[in-house]
Amino acid sequence: MRKQTNHLYEEVTIAGFGGQGIILVGKLLAQAAMKAGKEVTFMPSYGAEVRGGASNCMVVISDQLIPSPVVSNPQCVIAMSKAALAKFEKSVKKGGTLIINSSQIDVQPKVDDSVEIVKVPIDEIAVGLGNAKVANMVALGAYLQKRGVFSPEEAAESLPDVLAERYHVIIPLNKKAMQKGAQFVKESVG
Amino acid sequence: MCGNEAMAEAAIQAGLDAYFGYPITPQNEVTAYMSQRMSEEKRVFVQSESELAAINMVFGAAATGKRTMTSSSSPGISLMQEGISYLAAAELPCVIVNVMRGGPGLGNIAPSQGDYFQSVKGGGHGDYHCIVFGPSSVQEFADIMPLAFDLADKYRIPAIILADGILGQMMEPVVIPTNSKLNTHKLKLPKKDWALTGADGRKQNIVRSLWLAEGAVEQHNYDLQAKYRQIEKNETRCEQSDVDDADIIIVAYGICARIARRAAQQAREQGIKVGCIRPITLWPFPSEQISKAADKSPIFLVVEMSCGQMVEDVRLAVAGKTPVVFWGRPGGGIPTVEKILEKIEQLTIKPKK
Repeated sequence: MRKQTNHLYEEVTIAGFGGQGIILVGKLLAQAAMKAGKEVTFMPSYGAEVRGGASNCMVVISDQLIPSPVVSNPQCVIAMSKAALAKFEKSVKKGGTLIINSSQIDVQPKVDDSVEIVKVPIDEIAVGLGNAKVANMVALGAYLQKRGVFSPEEAAESLPDVLAERYHVIIPLNKKAMQKGAQFVKESVG
Repeated sequence: MCGNEAMAEAAIQAGLDAYFGYPITPQNEVTAYMSQRMSEEKRVFVQSESELAAINMVFGAAATGKRTMTSSSSPGISLMQEGISYLAAAELPCVIVNVMRGGPGLGNIAPSQGDYFQSVKGGGHGDYHCIVFGPSSVQEFADIMPLAFDLADKYRIPAIILADGILGQMMEPVVIPTNSKLNTHKLKLPKKDWALTGADGRKQNIVRSLWLAEGAVEQHNYDLQAKYRQIEKNETRCEQSDVDDADIIIVAYGICARIARRAAQQAREQGIKVGCIRPITLWPFPSEQISKAADKSPIFLVVEMSCGQMVEDVRLAVAGKTPVVFWGRPGGGIPTVEKILEKIEQLTIKPKK
């Protein structure tokens, strides 16, 4: 007999290319989860990373001790680029969520039928805000809206912790980007 | 904070006087962190020209009685083995952190536990041991630093922290162990009256690892062994969970132990009685605890990120009383909860319907 467990156990892989702020947004998610009193681990891809090369990170959020920060089948993958999608689309757990940056990805993901695909024109939304670099925040906003571990507003409170001080002037823009991402998901997916 | 940074800060809080190191992935964060923090603290930081230089700088600093450490990853630690043997012979306290990566050779930069033999069985030449710790969380990676420095000082022995690429790179919430009463704390340890601090007004101290007189090295070895027996008696540390009624006991250390623990919990939910033994010190090895657990004849499953190294020590401890099975992944492969669960199920006789 298998005991029913309703613990929070959220694994997410965020993937894209170097320069997209993948690691930063993963840190932000982890920091916000820590502030929310959750158990959390953050594991970056490390080593031979360069701008333009592949970059990804894994975040696990739970209310129990986390056994492994390395995730093979996450409940959610955020794919910021075509290459990232190709690498991680098959890893999404059955019944999980795949968020894709439709500004860069024009192919249909190869995933199990049970996986919900959420297409968000992440880059376009960021450019619309006047700064393509906040695409990562748009993606996080979309993710939080979809998976609902906590609100974009709660996550935004951790921005000063993860952003270097010289970027603190653009915290409002980052917050707005998160809201826009969340709003897009709310309106288009429901 | 990532594990590397948390450990580095904990070392500083533990009263580290001098850090010497040469960068290598996956522990570059240590050198980077130390370069900034050690100068802030007005303590010694040297990025050496090689790992050989680093370990010999550690030798020099340790000989003066200062708290000193180096850190590296597998290929760099291999280069340090000569120095570690000399440190062991000269009985100099220091801490060496190995954030293991895939080997042999330059291997890769992925996490691994392939340096177990090297760390617990010697590594360099001669009959010696270092105290070896295998932390399994960022918190423990940090918590172990003050203990490692204290035990190194207490027994005049090098202490090795055997971490891996995951522990070094991952971030999780951590509380840095601070030691505000450092000086009073240090007083509990024996005085370093052997240190080279200038012989003005006292008898000359000599730190060396060469004794040519007949029988001198033999006697030195006996003295070292007596010290090692003391350490085995006093300092063996391990964590046991759900062992008493277990049909299967998983033995794993470091990051593997966390993964194994979850697999054990899930097996329990399915009605399979699985327990875990996690050695915290890899040398001295918790042989007694494992031997005692073996009396109840569970099957032992050893899980490592290698082709099977610690499993040999488990077999020695079990001494044929009960089967010892191994499963692991070398060269950067990371065991998953699902795979360990599958192994557990294979070892279980299913009740007849």
